[in-house]
Amino acid sequence: MSLVNLHQVHKYYGDLHVLKGIDLDIKAGEVISIIGRSGSGKSTLLRCINGLEEYQEGGITVDGNEVTSEDIQVRRLALSVGMIFQNFNLFPHMTVGENVMLAPTIVLKKSKSEAEQIARAMLEKVGLAEKFDSYPEKLSGGQQQRVAIARALAMSPKVLLCDEITSALDPELVGEVLKVLEQLAKEGITLVLVTHEMNFARDVGSRVVFMHEGKVWEEGDSKTLLSDPRTDELKQFIGAVL
Amino acid sequence: MVEFTNYDILRNLLFATQWTILLSIAAFIGGSSVALLLTAMRLTRNSVMTKVVRIYVELFQGTPLLMQMFLCFFGLSMLGYEISAWGAAILSLTFFTSAFLVEIWRGCIDTLPKGQWEASRCLGLNFLQTLRYIILPQAIRVATAPTVGFSVQVIKGTALASIIGFVELTKVGTMLNNATFEPFKVFTLVAIIYFLLCYPLSWYSKILEKKFNVSR
Repeated sequence: MSLVNLHQVHKYYGDLHVLKGIDLDIKAGEVISIIGRSGSGKSTLLRCINGLEEYQEGGITVDGNEVTSEDIQVRRLALSVGMIFQNFNLFPHMTVGENVMLAPTIVLKKSKSEAEQIARAMLEKVGLAEKFDSYPEKLSGGQQQRVAIARALAMSPKVLLCDEITSALDPELVGEVLKVLEQLAKEGITLVLVTHEMNFARDVGSRVVFMHEGKVWEEGDSKTLLSDPRTDELKQFIGAVL
Repeated sequence: MVEFTNYDILRNLLFATQWTILLSIAAFIGGSSVALLLTAMRLTRNSVMTKVVRIYVELFQGTPLLMQMFLCFFGLSMLGYEISAWGAAILSLTFFTSAFLVEIWRGCIDTLPKGQWEASRCLGLNFLQTLRYIILPQAIRVATAPTVGFSVQVIKGTALASIIGFVELTKVGTMLNNATFEPFKVFTLVAIIYFLLCYPLSWYSKILEKKFNVSR
């Protein structure tokens, strides 16, 4: 059963043709790594899946529901799609606990105590239970990103989209975030990552999608694809990043 | 011919200061309420509403406050609406204040990263929930200092109400000058009173600015 399906998706920014007919089918439990040069459309693709960007042609469904960028649709989508950003986007005026509790309280209308229980459990999961009352600015980048993961998980999404979530981190902090993702992958959550972490893509990912010039240039099983690329573009790309 | 002692002059000026303060407060409350509405209209990103706000801002920022007062006072009465000098002053100062505040506040909201809106959206918050829980609490911190700073302009702006005959500090100053022929003394006192009203606000605005800059 496909959880996310993209069919011939085209996206333009004015005259610029960013996505040129994307077909992609993602099943529940898969860990998909989207790789490619900057400007190849990977982030845009991710942002189309959760309605942050409009697309002009084709269709996207998540869990059977069609994705449009209409406000109401996006909010319904938020119940099944979680998003983690490169720059964390935590709410700086709220404590870590309040950040995680916010959406369960006001979107899912859970009681304060119930939301707090969820928040504590999610922070436990990302190894930050003791930071419940801290403000984000007191945390390291890696810790902030883990809070962002906990905040998304608190809505129990069916699929988690990660947009270059380790790119803004100091190298020594990347590991702690990837470890959390690896744990989530083991638990069977569906992950779609735009990433530059090739080792992670190979070792944890189930499938790799290589994007080039707005198209899915090559895709396949992560180990096979990365050790034995078929196209010259992917060969070049792998040569450049490894 | 009545003789005015220094005490009489000061007493009359201080009495009139009450009206300046009252007019400033009324204009500020009126202006902020309208500005709040206009800010919300602007944030909807609805093209008609944004255009309305833009025209409003350009109209009232682009014409002298005195002309706005004349139009409110003489213009409305020519159209058959009787309006007191007090009413015309409040109305025109409300236009003036709101046109500037809406721009100041928009600037403050624009300084918040776009990611705050996107993260809220991805968590399923609707527009009003995002404003209430995410945007406003942060924007208010940024906006307080420039808003308090701008209130100084409102206080000084009330002086123009003297020209349409509203009896406040400047008007009483003019009247006292006509009676005493001591312009230097009278208008120095008037200026000092305005300064004493405005300076604490400018000073407080600077304090606020420092405070919020450190914590962010």
